Amino acid sequence: MLNKFLNPYISPKLDKRSMHLRKLVIRAFEGGMRGHLGSSMSLIEILRVLYDDFLSFNSKEPEWCDRDRFILSKGHGCLAQYALLADKKFISLNDLDKFCHHDGILGGHPEKSKIPGVEFSTGALGHGLPVSVGMAVAAKINKKNHKIIVVTGDGESNEGSIWEAALSASQNKLNNLIWMIDYNKFQSYGQTQDVINLEPLNNKITSFGFNVTEVDGHNTKSIQNALNSCLNKSLKPNAIICHTVKGKGFPFAEHNENWHHKSNMKPSEIDAMYKCLEV
Amino acid sequence: MRKTALNSVYELAQKNKQVVFIGSDLGPGVLDEMKINMPNKFYMEGVSEQHIIGMSAGLALEGFIPYVNTIATFLTRRCFEQIAMDLCLHDLPVRLIANGGGLVYAPLGPTHLATEDFGILKTLPNITIIAPCDALEMKELMKCTIDWPHPIYIRLGKGGDKIISNSKTNFKIGKAIIMKKPEEGLFITTGVMAQIAAEACNILKNEGIQCGLMHMHTVKPLDQDSLLKWIPKVKAIVSVEEHFRTGGLGSSILEFLNDKMNDTFINFHRIGIPDYYTKNYGSQKSLLETAGISPKSLALEMKLRLKKINV
Repeated sequence: MLNKFLNPYISPKLDKRSMHLRKLVIRAFEGGMRGHLGSSMSLIEILRVLYDDFLSFNSKEPEWCDRDRFILSKGHGCLAQYALLADKKFISLNDLDKFCHHDGILGGHPEKSKIPGVEFSTGALGHGLPVSVGMAVAAKINKKNHKIIVVTGDGESNEGSIWEAALSASQNKLNNLIWMIDYNKFQSYGQTQDVINLEPLNNKITSFGFNVTEVDGHNTKSIQNALNSCLNKSLKPNAIICHTVKGKGFPFAEHNENWHHKSNMKPSEIDAMYKCLEV
Repeated sequence: MRKTALNSVYELAQKNKQVVFIGSDLGPGVLDEMKINMPNKFYMEGVSEQHIIGMSAGLALEGFIPYVNTIATFLTRRCFEQIAMDLCLHDLPVRLIANGGGLVYAPLGPTHLATEDFGILKTLPNITIIAPCDALEMKELMKCTIDWPHPIYIRLGKGGDKIISNSKTNFKIGKAIIMKKPEEGLFITTGVMAQIAAEACNILKNEGIQCGLMHMHTVKPLDQDSLLKWIPKVKAIVSVEEHFRTGGLGSSILEFLNDKMNDTFINFHRIGIPDYYTKNYGSQKSLLETAGISPKSLALEMKLRLKKINV
């Protein structure tokens, strides 16, 4: 248990790439003038490591059969995924500008039928892990080596379906499954410890039969090491608890439940966000 | 009917490598042969309906054709959002085989009575809803499920129901079957209600009243062509279903009449289960009779509609 993460802490400084990706998130936010900013900012480094260093994919052939499968189960954090999909050229930067537009492909939650690189439409919480279990079983039947990675939120882990699927992942020995939890300690109403306390989360998931690692979810090297450690020969499924900061990158938004979702921001507020991302 | 459905899954799996079976803590011995011979195609998951629907979606996204089986009430009420979002939004070829449709589990009480399953699911785009009338029809239906490109909900009857379907009938999903040619009146049924309506037709025939029977095994999509063809030719229509009067086949027909035939007066009546949770146990038959669904009450309703008797 990494207790140091359980209280608000000073998270690492962002590097240029993390700042660039956050700028893409703000660009999309400006397009729709709404979105789950706080929930997206806690995700950036997790997704950055996945797309930069871990996942096998081909943005020119999104359905390539040997790709790793990635599901953002906390679909409301989609602005972060859209930033990475644009950065990796699954979609264009212009698509970001049309976030939530009537004729745009990027909605407030990601849809498989519209967005190249999105494996499954999410938004309703608690769906990604069960679907990932099915994908992991399919890979086993087909004797394929690709991995299935799913990111859930901490508030999302209140859903019973998450734990139903966790039981099954263990029972079916799905060591090709990696469940990452964006543990930013906040859900919509407030702090998770006040709404539904997940602690001791590590013990809970371990007792469900997973190999569990805990990392600073903004430390890219730690995330990468944790992901690489999932490639062992254990028969257990894997879980990585990523301790993150809601609203990471913007001091006025960090650890602030009012930044879970934002809409109709003033230009000065947008400028303030960009200012935080100046080197 | 259930045995036929499950045996068919194994037969289909032997012919098609993409078929997998997912059960939710079913009784011991279910599909043992499949489990032994195809262990990587047989998954007996726990009591976790939300999860098994998601799991089936994951498999279907990877090209498999999952057949999911558990009790109808749990397969509809408990995991509605999963059916809506995981299966219907993604339009995946998952087959939901629902044990104990309607009042089959009468002794077990309202928790186990699937009398709103059509209504729950009918509102969802992309889903197909089928209620076969007997084991023979179930066998024919199961053959059609292999290449149907959408999610399917299959409502099972009690089992051991009298065989009234004909193997020579060309079973097609979405195509109603005329079991008796419509003359004065027409019963439109789904599931095992075809059996009761067929008996009602015989009662009426003995009284000199000729009535037809249209069996709509597919509740959704509604076979509008058959309705358009036969409804104008009869004087009265009575729909019969083992389902709440609200939200089921009768409601779909009413919507159809309003949308497509609203310039004509149609003498139409719905028979189904009234808007209450049953207070009795007993048997499927006893609960049906309490709800006014028996050959005699159907025949009586038809005579009233045809003005053959006065109230």
